[in-house]
Amino acid sequence: MIGTELVLMLRRRRVWLCWALLCLLPTVVAVLLATTRLAPPPGRGGAFLSAVLSDGQLFPAAALALVLPVFLPITVAIVSGDAVAGEAAAGTLRYLLVRPVGRFRLLFAKLVSVAAFTLLAVLLVTVTSYVVGVIAFGFGPGAELGGGGIASLSGATLTPLQLAGRTAGTVGYLALCMLTLGAVGILFSTLTDSPLAAALGVLAVVVTSAALQPLDAAEAVRTFLPTQHWLAWIDLFRDPPLLDAVRTGIEVQLGWILVAFGAAWANFTTKDVTS
Amino acid sequence: MTGPVITTSGLTKRFGRVVAVDHVDLEIPAGVRFGLLGPNGSGKTTLVRMLLGLVHATSGSATVLGEPMPRRAAVVLPQVGALVEGPAAWGHLSGRTNLRLLDAAGPGGRRRDRRRRVDDALDRVGLGGIDRRPVKAYSLGMRQRLGIAAALLRAPRLLLLDEPTNGLDPRGIHEMRDLLVTLNETGTTVVLSSHLLTEVEALCTRVGIMDAGRLVLADDLDALRAPTGRIRVRTPAPDAALALLDGRVEGRADDVLTVRGDDPAELNALLVGAGVPVTAIDREQRTLEEVVLGVTGSGSDRFEGHR
Repeated sequence: MIGTELVLMLRRRRVWLCWALLCLLPTVVAVLLATTRLAPPPGRGGAFLSAVLSDGQLFPAAALALVLPVFLPITVAIVSGDAVAGEAAAGTLRYLLVRPVGRFRLLFAKLVSVAAFTLLAVLLVTVTSYVVGVIAFGFGPGAELGGGGIASLSGATLTPLQLAGRTAGTVGYLALCMLTLGAVGILFSTLTDSPLAAALGVLAVVVTSAALQPLDAAEAVRTFLPTQHWLAWIDLFRDPPLLDAVRTGIEVQLGWILVAFGAAWANFTTKDVTS
Repeated sequence: MTGPVITTSGLTKRFGRVVAVDHVDLEIPAGVRFGLLGPNGSGKTTLVRMLLGLVHATSGSATVLGEPMPRRAAVVLPQVGALVEGPAAWGHLSGRTNLRLLDAAGPGGRRRDRRRRVDDALDRVGLGGIDRRPVKAYSLGMRQRLGIAAALLRAPRLLLLDEPTNGLDPRGIHEMRDLLVTLNETGTTVVLSSHLLTEVEALCTRVGIMDAGRLVLADDLDALRAPTGRIRVRTPAPDAALALLDGRVEGRADDVLTVRGDDPAELNALLVGAGVPVTAIDREQRTLEEVVLGVTGSGSDRFEGHR
């Protein structure tokens, strides 16, 4: 079932469109920056944006920071909201279930395919923005091709190997953050037969979480908000990397995934499939 | 297998306040072609969904192929092919890819034989030469054929088909009927639900009739259509026949007389012997339509005002 699910995802035009749009936004930003050379002053604008002018190799980090707050959640919401509700709306859900595919297996395959989608999305953004960044801004001073160092946020220099490792860590961390939304999307997807409603439900969760985040009154629940830890990966680009926030972030995201997926399973396994 | 293929006892499903299926006790013997008839909204589809484990019964139990459903769905369903409330497929993929993915999604069967299984199923429903068009470009009839191909994919012992001829043209209906009869003769039990009486009459050996969630009748088609004990005679000289058979004639419509009696040959000899020409003579049988109308209400898609 997992294989079937991955083929189904990869052959959907919608999925490729999502990925293309995700890669397009950073590219537009890079083109604008490269032609005007007007970077936002340090401390303002998107993370890393002030630094990319001097070294294109930092652009993947800047690109991820660009797509993270809105674009990435929207695409994950669309794909995960479609997971079960889309099959129900198309009528294929009943044929999968009588094939038979066990209800847990079906949901798990959906989770795996959403995970693959988020991971590939983050990875594609990283790779394209690296290429775009290097083309637009070149390598930084003192960094010859494939060698030299890149300034970390703490001022010390990172070797290319360190940078690659930290970027990989960022990709994994962000994919996990997005999988949280994916699991919530699958939960909503089992509650309705409308993919659109499920996707909008996910966005409602994101907006609610982002709205609560700055409230002092929400202090008690802040740690558990899914969006709270989204920017923790920036600490990975300090030297030495600060892992505390990332670790808390991973724990909270895993908690969300477990709870949301468990609830999805509990709902789906006893559900009457009348679509 | 000799015992019944499907047994339900007291099977009931409520959706909120609506009772969709109401204490159905159904038994379908192996090897028959069973037609489930009933007006729209009489609970046919919900019953089929319960047998397939898609909908959970409120009370009562169901046994399919000797195993309780839905508890043993993993054992039962691989031997069942189903078409539930119209065909469905992933519209952006071709029919062949659809079947291949469906085959890969569930248990059983070797990967090596997949292509052959898919080709066989497509051949059987007359889609063997289908190109790579996506299913969303298919006509209604092609989708219906693809849905039946999907049901046949795993060479099932039991076929549960909901409205299998929907959207097919007369030739397609005829082909499907031949296909189902062939499959039935090689040992597959065929259960189909329909509101098309002619369809069921032409294909099935046994019928069940549902009305307002209840199974109001289940019997062999031959028994339902038993002779009524009357003979219909067409003659160009009805008045002469009337005079001859006075007392036995129960009705007359132009040149057709309805006569009490069981033996057309005897009646024919009597009439001809008396010089009354006979152009047609046959036992009167109840039509399935009369049977159905006799036991069902108006169906739930009709809501009349009470004044």
